[in-house]
Amino acid sequence: MDALTLLLLSVMTAATPLLLAALGELITEKSGVLNLGVEGMMIVGAVCAFAVSVSTGNAAAGIAAGAVAGAAMALIFGFLTLTMLANQVATGLALTIFGIGLSALIGKGYVGIAVAPLAKLHIPLLSDIPLLGPILFGQDALVYLSLLSVLAVYWFMKRTRAGLVLRAVGDSHEAAHAIGYSVIRIRYLAVLFGGAMAGLAGAYLSLAYTPLWAENMTAGRGWIALALVVFSTWRPGRLLAGAYLFGGITILQLHAQSAGWGVPSQIMSMLPYLATILVLVIISGDRAKIRLNAPACLGKVFHPAQ
Amino acid sequence: MRQFPISRRFATGLIAGAAAVAAVFGAPFGVDGASTAQAQDLKVGFIYVGPIGDHGWSYRHNEGRLSIEKALGDKVATSYVESVSEGADAERVITQLASSGHNLIFTTSFGYMNPTLKVAKKFPNVKFEHATGYKRVDNLSTYSGRFYEGRYVQGVIAGMMTKTNVAGYVASFPIPEVVRGINSFIRGMRSVNPDATVKVVWVNSWYDPGKEGDAAKALIDQGADIISQHTDSPAPLQTAENRGVLGFGQASDMIKFAPKAQLTAIVDDWGPYYIQQAKAVLDGTWESMDTWAGLKEGMVAMAPFTNMPDDVAAKAQETLDMIKSGALHPFQGPVVNQAGEVVAEEGTVLDDGVLLGMNYYVEGVEGSLPK
Repeated sequence: MDALTLLLLSVMTAATPLLLAALGELITEKSGVLNLGVEGMMIVGAVCAFAVSVSTGNAAAGIAAGAVAGAAMALIFGFLTLTMLANQVATGLALTIFGIGLSALIGKGYVGIAVAPLAKLHIPLLSDIPLLGPILFGQDALVYLSLLSVLAVYWFMKRTRAGLVLRAVGDSHEAAHAIGYSVIRIRYLAVLFGGAMAGLAGAYLSLAYTPLWAENMTAGRGWIALALVVFSTWRPGRLLAGAYLFGGITILQLHAQSAGWGVPSQIMSMLPYLATILVLVIISGDRAKIRLNAPACLGKVFHPAQ
Repeated sequence: MRQFPISRRFATGLIAGAAAVAAVFGAPFGVDGASTAQAQDLKVGFIYVGPIGDHGWSYRHNEGRLSIEKALGDKVATSYVESVSEGADAERVITQLASSGHNLIFTTSFGYMNPTLKVAKKFPNVKFEHATGYKRVDNLSTYSGRFYEGRYVQGVIAGMMTKTNVAGYVASFPIPEVVRGINSFIRGMRSVNPDATVKVVWVNSWYDPGKEGDAAKALIDQGADIISQHTDSPAPLQTAENRGVLGFGQASDMIKFAPKAQLTAIVDDWGPYYIQQAKAVLDGTWESMDTWAGLKEGMVAMAPFTNMPDDVAAKAQETLDMIKSGALHPFQGPVVNQAGEVVAEEGTVLDDGVLLGMNYYVEGVEGSLPK
């Protein structure tokens, strides 16, 4: 494989966990719920995926366990914020801290164990095409799943009735409630989907990205996923671009260092975040655009008796 | 019992209260003792910056604690507190250890320096040992490992094993400890392979498996076929394994993560020092001092030499033995810095003071050191 192919592969690997987690959060936020617990759901997903994968020897079971564990964490969040009407911001932060601690506890017996990395697809001939072959036809299942999810989420939001209802709930929960939709039930589903996707992102980290379990291994990727959702102004297409841009800059700065470009590494480490802030500023400059697409009820508690 | 619910609760309260009072007045109560030894002459406390399960730094310190228990048996009881952040929390935890009857306390991270000093002044009868720091008082010693000696041996192996003459180094922060390691590594490499160079990528983190792995990938993509690291997770080594190149483990033997790629690993072995210091307290011979021990004393050890031909293993062993015997010093002159200036003449050795403050690359390192 030539250098460019390897570089692009690294970028895809770096972007995939961000894309998975951010897509889930996008749906959650579109329903009007702000779940800041992405990092916590992700890390619990990572440890459960790893634990199940090690004990069963089956990577697919591990991936499923990651998604279920993420959804279970999201269920806790849903119960507290949707049923008990707790503050979403505080609960989300608590969920992250809780998740980091819980994952350390679950993972105690799994430190220092190695698993084989997730199998990469290999189609004879197709995977061997120079440059594009390995990128298009030589990835692991979760990379394809993340890309298909972008299409699925786009189609769901734009083309389906359920997607329309979801957006309605996020934009005006009172109106949606008044015409007979169960706001709480729909939000529960959206929150669970968000959790499952964050869990998948965690599974990708502990099974494919760096196939090991180590405490706190998400290292802030959940927060980046949260920023990406705003960055994309809640559009799946832009989210895809954002995730790859972010992954690209992260990888590029490491390459720039080893190639000896002479730019201070501390500045390089800031680059992805600087880019995020810059794009946020540019997008936010056009208020109309943001307002058009931002869920109007984001973060607001809905009281069913209203 | 059923007819005396209140008095039972009262009794429990009384016991808890007594324990609390005893703790406050420094009575030798086993508050969080991990051992059940009966006649304890010595209670040793440990405070770790990370979880024992980090498979790296804190894990190795805990292994050292266990070796005290094994060596001194009933004479000691040990206890530990893990994942204590380096801020105000540390002072509270150290004070608690000191006031609950521990006579010897090891604080095992650089950031515990000032809290340890503060508590040491308050408890003059308790002995303190601080890892990797430089502030000492009558009841506070410091100790650290000469890990750069192990890195020189790794450099020799890398120099003989590389085909591209380029090694990659995943580095954490540009502090003297890390810079010294890079320099020692390339000096070892060049001692057997004058054409060798090392490329460094700074990830600005001690611990981010994903980023560490990405850094290793970037280095491999740019021609490095040996990966060394000064970050804490096994990810760079694991990346080397997956990409079919070679590498070294960090802090512990990481052969499980890279059965085909690990050449050797630097293993921190605090056990002998911990046993020696615990014995010194028991014998009444403990004195405040600074210890910077390396391969000779066994504080720095090497994992078995694997995945290399016999002649490379033999050369590595020879280098190891020479450093142990003092016949070879990784920084013996001539030492030439990156700019080509001689910083140590032939026949001289860079002294510990220079090594402790090392803030420049030697020749063979590519790129410039972040300031």
